[in-house]
Amino acid sequence: MPRYFTEEHEWIEVDGDTATIGITDYAQEQLGDIVFVEVPAAGTALAKGKEAAVVESVKAASDVFAPVSGTVIEGNAALEDDPALVNTAPEAGGWFFRLTIADPGELEGLMDQAKYKDFVAGL
Amino acid sequence: MSDEAEVEAEVLEQLPLDAWHRARGARMVGFAGYEMPIQYEGILAEHEWTRQHAGLFDVSHMGQLIVTGEGAAEALEALLPADVSSLKRGRIRYSLLLGEDGGILDDLMVTNVTREGGEPAFYLVVNGATKWDDIGHLREHLPDAITLTYLEDRALLALQGPEAAAVLERVMPGVTGELGFMQSTEYAFEGGHLAIARSGYTGEDGFEISVAAGQAERLAERLCAEAEVKPIGLGARDSLRLEAGLPLYGHDLTPETDPVSAGLEFAISKARRARGGFPGAEHILKLLDEGAPTRRVGLALEGRMAAREGAPVHAGDRQVGTVTSGGFSPTLGHPVAMAYVDAAHASEGTALEVEVRGKRLPARVVPMPFVPHRYHRKGAV
Repeated sequence: MPRYFTEEHEWIEVDGDTATIGITDYAQEQLGDIVFVEVPAAGTALAKGKEAAVVESVKAASDVFAPVSGTVIEGNAALEDDPALVNTAPEAGGWFFRLTIADPGELEGLMDQAKYKDFVAGL
Repeated sequence: MSDEAEVEAEVLEQLPLDAWHRARGARMVGFAGYEMPIQYEGILAEHEWTRQHAGLFDVSHMGQLIVTGEGAAEALEALLPADVSSLKRGRIRYSLLLGEDGGILDDLMVTNVTREGGEPAFYLVVNGATKWDDIGHLREHLPDAITLTYLEDRALLALQGPEAAAVLERVMPGVTGELGFMQSTEYAFEGGHLAIARSGYTGEDGFEISVAAGQAERLAERLCAEAEVKPIGLGARDSLRLEAGLPLYGHDLTPETDPVSAGLEFAISKARRARGGFPGAEHILKLLDEGAPTRRVGLALEGRMAAREGAPVHAGDRQVGTVTSGGFSPTLGHPVAMAYVDAAHASEGTALEVEVRGKRLPARVVPMPFVPHRYHRKGAV
């Protein structure tokens, strides 16, 4: 399944018209120990580039933005009990939410894995 | 993803242990004009290590000052509400640099370092972010006969935690036995001279060690060679001091806050209450007598969502205060915060709500420290 990345360090894995979204390994490394994650509830309508979730480390709270517009199917309930999953498995079990993609055209312009790797290397 | 807390300063200076921190894998950030280690292995692990063992903090950004001259105690008393003139040699007091209106310009430690037969001398440790303003304020207000010296060639290391004393005693035999909490001594270390205070900013027993910049790396290396000691970054320093209920200047204390609202009445000694003569004395003594309209309180929050600086505090539909610092407490497993709230809502057990990102989080006024202090008070069992 194709996986895309944003300059705000979110990843989005697309499967047909649904997508799974999380933050990248680089992002969790920058944030440090995650102690709380607030994920959007099922049914929430999200707009591309707008706040979708909140991730809190010991030192700060950070917004996670929606890489594309869509309607939330589910938030990752596992993060409620174990927010550290974002540190240990950011690009797997530490996913944030799944949504139904409103406009697949919004995926254009997102980076693929290689481009994101170059982007991070340049930071 | 956006990180709201990290602010890059334009020109950052480097402290004596810069290379040492980097070699240990520290992530460096701008703080108080310096590049400083925010964390090494991770804030949670470093926090817990300090609560269980001993952590070494580099706080060389802080300002170390010496005030000397005949009448130095009285001159300081004109600027601080501490009873400096009765402070015995080797004793430390927490005090506040006050503005004319009684607002808090900085919080600091003052130690009587007068030598046997020498002229009066006091050692001040002030906050890094405020030290230049403090120096300016002191130069302006201290009489000409009093000399102010900025010890810019000295580093400051803090060794904190329940195993700190055992470690220090092993490295510097004989140094800990004589020292109780808020007492200070000198120690000869490898040809240099250390000033060692039994004090800190974590709520744990521990020491703050002033060392010549050129010797700082050697001392840090020597202390970290002990199995109980790991270097700890600023991130854990903040979460530890928050749990200990200790205010952070620039956040919980500002020129707009006064010692009574801040809950720092203990810093206004009995003698000074009687004698007055410190900046804003009239206003502060009135607040002591009548009570302050707002109070710094501790808040315990349910759940895991933290309330941070600036979050409004509500009682019903009325805002009654504002959070000045807050975060997740690793020791307690839930968020805690300090807030200034109207006195009517400041008593222990009061149920309040903190607004975070449009949500109302239930909070309860609780006593501080959130995590009990474990200072080594001499004479205490």
